[in-house]
Amino acid sequence: MPVAFFAVFFAYPVAAIVARGLKADGGWHLGRIGEVLAQSDVRHVLWFTTWQALVSTALTLVVALPGAYVFARFDFPGKQVLRAVVTVPFVLPTVVVGTAFLALVGRGGLLDELWGVRLDTTVWAILLAHVFFNYAVVVRTVGGLWAQLDPRQEEAARMLGASPLRAWRRVTLPALAPAVAAAALMVFLFTFTSFGVVQILGGPTFSTLEVEIYRQTSEIFDLSTAAVLTLIQFVAVGAILAVHAWTVRRRETALRLVDASVTARRPRGAGQWALLGGVLVSVVLLLVLPLAVLVQRSLDAPGFGYYRALTRQDGGVFLVPPIEAIGNSLSYAVAATLIAVLIGGLAAVALTRRDAGRFVRGFDALLMLPLGVSAVTVGFGFLISLDEPPLDLRSSWILVPLAQALVGVPFVVRTMLPVLRAVDVRLREAASMLGASPWRVWREVDLPMVRRALLIAAGFAFAVSLGEFGATVFIARPDRPTLPVAVARLLGRPGDLNYGQAMALSTMLMVVCAVALLVLERLRTDRTGEF
Amino acid sequence: MLLSLEGATVRFGGRAVLDAVDLGVAEHEIVCVLGPSGSGKSTLLRAVAGLQPLDAGRVVLDGRDQAGVPAHRRGVGLMFQDHQLFPQRDVAGNVAFGLRMRAEPKPQRAARVQELLDLVGLPGAGRRAVAALSGGEQQRVALARALAPSPRLLMLDEPLGQLDRSLRERLVVELRELFGRLGTTVLAVTHDQGEAFALADRVVVMRDGRIAQSGTPLEVWQRPADAFVARFLGFENVVEATVGAEAADTPWGKVPVPEGAPQGTRTLLVRPAGVRLVPADSGLPCTVTARTFKGTHVAVHLQFEDAPRLEAACALRTAPEVGGEVGVEFDPAEIVVLG
Repeated sequence: MPVAFFAVFFAYPVAAIVARGLKADGGWHLGRIGEVLAQSDVRHVLWFTTWQALVSTALTLVVALPGAYVFARFDFPGKQVLRAVVTVPFVLPTVVVGTAFLALVGRGGLLDELWGVRLDTTVWAILLAHVFFNYAVVVRTVGGLWAQLDPRQEEAARMLGASPLRAWRRVTLPALAPAVAAAALMVFLFTFTSFGVVQILGGPTFSTLEVEIYRQTSEIFDLSTAAVLTLIQFVAVGAILAVHAWTVRRRETALRLVDASVTARRPRGAGQWALLGGVLVSVVLLLVLPLAVLVQRSLDAPGFGYYRALTRQDGGVFLVPPIEAIGNSLSYAVAATLIAVLIGGLAAVALTRRDAGRFVRGFDALLMLPLGVSAVTVGFGFLISLDEPPLDLRSSWILVPLAQALVGVPFVVRTMLPVLRAVDVRLREAASMLGASPWRVWREVDLPMVRRALLIAAGFAFAVSLGEFGATVFIARPDRPTLPVAVARLLGRPGDLNYGQAMALSTMLMVVCAVALLVLERLRTDRTGEF
Repeated sequence: MLLSLEGATVRFGGRAVLDAVDLGVAEHEIVCVLGPSGSGKSTLLRAVAGLQPLDAGRVVLDGRDQAGVPAHRRGVGLMFQDHQLFPQRDVAGNVAFGLRMRAEPKPQRAARVQELLDLVGLPGAGRRAVAALSGGEQQRVALARALAPSPRLLMLDEPLGQLDRSLRERLVVELRELFGRLGTTVLAVTHDQGEAFALADRVVVMRDGRIAQSGTPLEVWQRPADAFVARFLGFENVVEATVGAEAADTPWGKVPVPEGAPQGTRTLLVRPAGVRLVPADSGLPCTVTARTFKGTHVAVHLQFEDAPRLEAACALRTAPEVGGEVGVEFDPAEIVVLG
């Protein structure tokens, strides 16, 4: 079923757009690839795309790994709230993040006002925005597993004469390695295919493949160049994923997992307090400050003027009051989450089977592909491939959730796989010896243990759907805009009122995401209702 | 026979872990499979449980071939070596698991859980978290969980393996008494001979995937089938010997054998109790190389020229010092010609 889903809603649209690009006069023109690659500005784009992704990934790991440790091992007041705060940036539409950073480090931004510092013409603005975005990926993926690792393993190494650092390096790090690799890969993919952030902060100097594809598609209408660039991105992403699947498979081990609540404790000693403090400061500076500036700007008009403007149907930007976008976004996101969890969950279970064949394991990498292929491509592909028989979904509301689910599934799989794989196989055997059928075993043994991962996965899918922009912008109907689409349309218009309304809508999106995540955090700690 | 294995064979990468094993377990019988690690005893359990498919042979339960019957439909219980309690359920949730799988109504379930917790000596522990239990308590919960659905055959994998000695000795008596009272048919595996002898009606010794010996604890203890079984049971004085009508030629000189012992080139077992220490000027002259306090007696290691080491059991007060010279005589009643 996951295979069929991907064939129809991913492979088919992508194939359609590639065919449209490369096929002309009834024949294939593969020579186009060489022509495009020979252009020096294309090579420049490729090079920039790669190195900024590498630097962004390294920077994110450096900043976020201490954060992952603090969240996994320390217990401190306000941890739940902070965890949600950390996750919020990830779910914000790229357009909003770009704008928030512009408000912080751009012309007339906060730093400009205070010290005359401007970063919006440098690559630093892009890198910082990427760290801002992906901090949560590392904290969630790595920290989630870290919290469940048995600290006694490390203690055992200490007793064997290993220094704390060495014990960590020899025992904890290898156990975390698959999660770190998964997180680093995600960050690399996101930054490699970064669109909105680079579009806004990169100016004319910096352009990634994704921006270039969008530019070729929507500004120059050179579909065949766009298709070739898509192919290049496809191949690059496929190669990265293949390497990743290979490294992860080599390191898969059954881990000793314990309840996350028993591994966290109060920080002890000056060093640990300093670490906690450092993480808090970096979170505040990097994650909270841009959002605070965003909120502040949304409130710039007297008497919530920008918010009140949202409920009016004027200015001609929309057919409906912008406020309705909230309801649209929420209902789309719920549907997308259900689809993503169902498809992703089934895929993860299939991938955990011991007897999984080569085909199934190859599917692991395939599932990640939608992440790597530009969302713009998916959206555009949907538009041109699913609008005619046999599959005419253009007028159906399900089209938007489908596209969003496509982007959400890899998160679900990535989050669930490490935990599913770490479930002791003998625990399943114990259940089946007590008369549980395979389905029952999954429900009674695996599900309770992965419930937390499942909720996190669902939260991610929900948030990603809420913030999804690249694909949605192509297929959302004008009378049913989602929040990010509405924000982008408002930003695209001149004037303080539109800018302020965009800020206000973004703030509301942020609040919706934060509330959704807080609810999930609460659910997660609810351990009653076993039967 | 409730359970019979016929030519059961399991291969891991060409190596036969279970090699054409034939084994029967009668109703209400407690059979203990004894063997060193790697002898295939755990694989035997897994094969009966249906967790390990056979490469050849059959598993027959109640006269029905179990080929193609999945683990959860075989109606046998298995208590895992490290318990494998479900960490996210409390004690009652663990014990009730098998009953829930059979869709037993809730009131009956609760009653049965209570009954079993009483039975294993943990009354009122139902609401406790399994992580908070001691090793012995986990053991009891695992047992209650396995017993709850009343399996026709209960299998135990190293049932007392991880517990401390005194607890183990107490529990093994409790277990035997409990199984006797309930009439449970039990197939257990262990590497601990003390546990096997205390628990079993019949002991099966395994080696390299084959059955080396099968018999009551007394039979196995008194007449080990071969040198492997004798050594595995902890006997050190096992040598090749040429057995004659009254005595055998051994590296320790002439050793008297019991009447009617088979003759020829044989393996000879001399129990430590059959090695008697006499003054140094009579008997076989030996040097004391080590002495180990065993509680009820002292094990003395003796060296005669370059013959294999000889172990003797002495009373506490008469045990010689290390380095002392002693003479040795043999008691034919404590000597067994194997095979």
